Amino acid sequence: MSQMDGHTGRDGTQAEMLTGAEIVLRALTDQGVDTIFGYPGGAVLPIYDAIHAQDRVRHILVRHEQGAGHMAEGYARSTGKCGVALATSGPGATNMVTPIADALMDSIPMVVITGQVPTHLIGSDAFQEADTVGITRACTKHNYLVRDVNDLARIIHEAFYIATSGRPGPVVIDIPKNVQFARGPYVGPGAIEHRTYRPRTVPVDHRIEEAVALMAKAERPIIYSGGGVINSGPKASEALRELARVTGFPVTSTLMGLGAFPASSPQWLGMLGMHGSFEANNAMHDCDVMICVGARFDDRVTGRLDAFSPGSKKIHIDIDPSSINKNVRADVPIVADCGEALSALVAAWGARGRQKGPDLSAWREQIEQWRARKCFAYPGSEAIIKPQYAIERLYALTRDRDVYITTEVGQHQMWAAQFFHFDQPNRWMTSGGLGTMGYGLPAAVGVQAAHPSALVIDIAGDASVQMTMQEISTAIQHDLPIKIFILNNEWMGMVRQWQQLLHGERYSHSYSDSLPDFVKLAEAYGAHGIRCDSPAGLDDAILEMINTPRPVIFDCRVEKAENCFPMIPSGAAHNEMILGAITGNEIGEAGKVLV
Amino acid sequence: MTKAPKSPRAQKSTARSGVREDPASAYDMTDAKEQIEHRTLACIVDNEPGVLARVVGLFSARGYNIESLTVAEIDRNAHQSRITIVTSGTNHILEQIEQQLLRLVPVARVIDVTQSGGIERELALVKVAGQGERRVEALRISEIFRARVIDTTNESFIFEVTGASMKIDQFVELMRPLGLVEVSRTGVLSIQRGKEKGG
Repeated sequence: MSQMDGHTGRDGTQAEMLTGAEIVLRALTDQGVDTIFGYPGGAVLPIYDAIHAQDRVRHILVRHEQGAGHMAEGYARSTGKCGVALATSGPGATNMVTPIADALMDSIPMVVITGQVPTHLIGSDAFQEADTVGITRACTKHNYLVRDVNDLARIIHEAFYIATSGRPGPVVIDIPKNVQFARGPYVGPGAIEHRTYRPRTVPVDHRIEEAVALMAKAERPIIYSGGGVINSGPKASEALRELARVTGFPVTSTLMGLGAFPASSPQWLGMLGMHGSFEANNAMHDCDVMICVGARFDDRVTGRLDAFSPGSKKIHIDIDPSSINKNVRADVPIVADCGEALSALVAAWGARGRQKGPDLSAWREQIEQWRARKCFAYPGSEAIIKPQYAIERLYALTRDRDVYITTEVGQHQMWAAQFFHFDQPNRWMTSGGLGTMGYGLPAAVGVQAAHPSALVIDIAGDASVQMTMQEISTAIQHDLPIKIFILNNEWMGMVRQWQQLLHGERYSHSYSDSLPDFVKLAEAYGAHGIRCDSPAGLDDAILEMINTPRPVIFDCRVEKAENCFPMIPSGAAHNEMILGAITGNEIGEAGKVLV
Repeated sequence: MTKAPKSPRAQKSTARSGVREDPASAYDMTDAKEQIEHRTLACIVDNEPGVLARVVGLFSARGYNIESLTVAEIDRNAHQSRITIVTSGTNHILEQIEQQLLRLVPVARVIDVTQSGGIERELALVKVAGQGERRVEALRISEIFRARVIDTTNESFIFEVTGASMKIDQFVELMRPLGLVEVSRTGVLSIQRGKEKGG
């Protein structure tokens, strides 16, 4: 137990003495946290007492700690704020590992508070003891075990600083139960200056000049933007739009970056990568200057590395120096916050005055030729709902709404990325790096908690949605009217597709056997269930979903054997896309199909 | 012995969030023909619980090699430890190791000891058992290597020898036919030359 008497604070005044649990709540309040997602248990009971005693921080009770983590991610991604989740020791903490790893891969700012057995029991294999800091060391940006209540307030504020600054990520604070009971001084957030952690945010001038010099001579330029632009905040998206406007360069983006650049712009090429557009991938392959901003040359984006954009000079902007030169060598490395770097590029481009750059019209014409291939075209059907058609209709019927989309992982995720279009950042929540099935439903709950009156839709698959299905109960309890739009093809569609294309059509364990009746399941939970299996009835059914002011599970029965195209097979180059059945053997010399 | 640095300015360290200033335009970074080099890195870290586990975990998680590792607190007031790691990999991997180390929150800086011509030393304890001519020969060689005898019985010596790792390797090889029993080594320690504080 620590001092029970007064304690001198940083500014010399008497610091207020609170219990550890009270310090947690006070620090959350001072950090501007209005909502946390959690699940109680033995080792966090003092914190739950402190939650009970206040009304400034709303607690959303989940059904499984993984749900709490993904909700915090959805909350964070849709608001730009730090998400907060709370769990007990042992199984509470281990259940939280998946969302923590997910947040690390997708650079989502998140603080996870876990209870721990009392300090004197640590290491004794006590009931519900797990080495939480050991287990989460590899999947957090940083983590803490708080052994002394005197450090608690500082650590919480530091955790928020680390989670939200530089390249954002998850931070775990493990608090033993006796530390939650002990009294200690509360210190406010103040100005945090970490001893060793000091991310650089402002670009070096000469790098900006080098970048602009390359851009000014570019004949076939492209901007390749990623999730970092969204993480950087709305100003970065504005700066990206401004850069595209003043230069006229075409823009593509990663899965995580959708929405930073408006899909309605004629300069927009669509998403790039494995299931990206033909025009985006070919433009990446043939460009002479690439401006990569807030993206990390992931293998789903680059395809075969030694054939990746062979003729281009690459400008790489990233706040994390280890992302630069990791997979692809940068000619002009710019370590900076995306927004700062983009604004600096816009300013430097403007400072060139009236100098005329090369004529981009030939490049634009080439891009239009690629675009004319209509790579996302699919054969329509009057009899059965095509999954692409379902997303197209969902998009069309929600255009005038304040809409947020989350997804699970698989074919439905790629179709959502291809057929749902975004004009604003923070509207698209998906698990990109880790590829976590079961992310979308709880993420939607988190988004809805942050935006109560918005239309929040989880575009789901029948397999993924069952991984975190129980969180519909959370949505019901807290009056969060999320819409779960299941593209139900009775398969783990992406697994089935790979088995068809790469494993000799041996469909090993990818059939979703014994599926629940999703309509009855919805009703059992107290939600509204809708089923639709005909293209003719789809619009009305979608409108019914939108107009239902409660949580809805929509069982959209779609074509079972549909594949997601276009596709760059693993190990192939950008100009080796398979365009799918609709173009048959037209792929020509670009179609060295590696199946 | 390690070579003297070309100039004091050749000291190469990467400050937190700094990228190497040598962006060569080579895209075939997966080229297997790239040479494997050995490299000694020193990390100055905040001496907090778990910091060694973070560093070691990073190496195992990303598949990097650790050939030797030493760690101890070097400044009690500043709460700092120095971790010297001998690793190997292609130049590209070695650069990544440095950058990945800098991502760890408690890592203050990383010094490339090899490229900055720093000094590297290792200490070894070498137990040799034998009698007669072999015993005399072992003692004679130990004098050449300026090893100290720190324990002796009628049939054995324990030598303490310090120097660059290669010198210790050579000493151990010479002792092998003379009755080498076992060896204990500290791993490599490092420090920067000149009057400046390293890194």
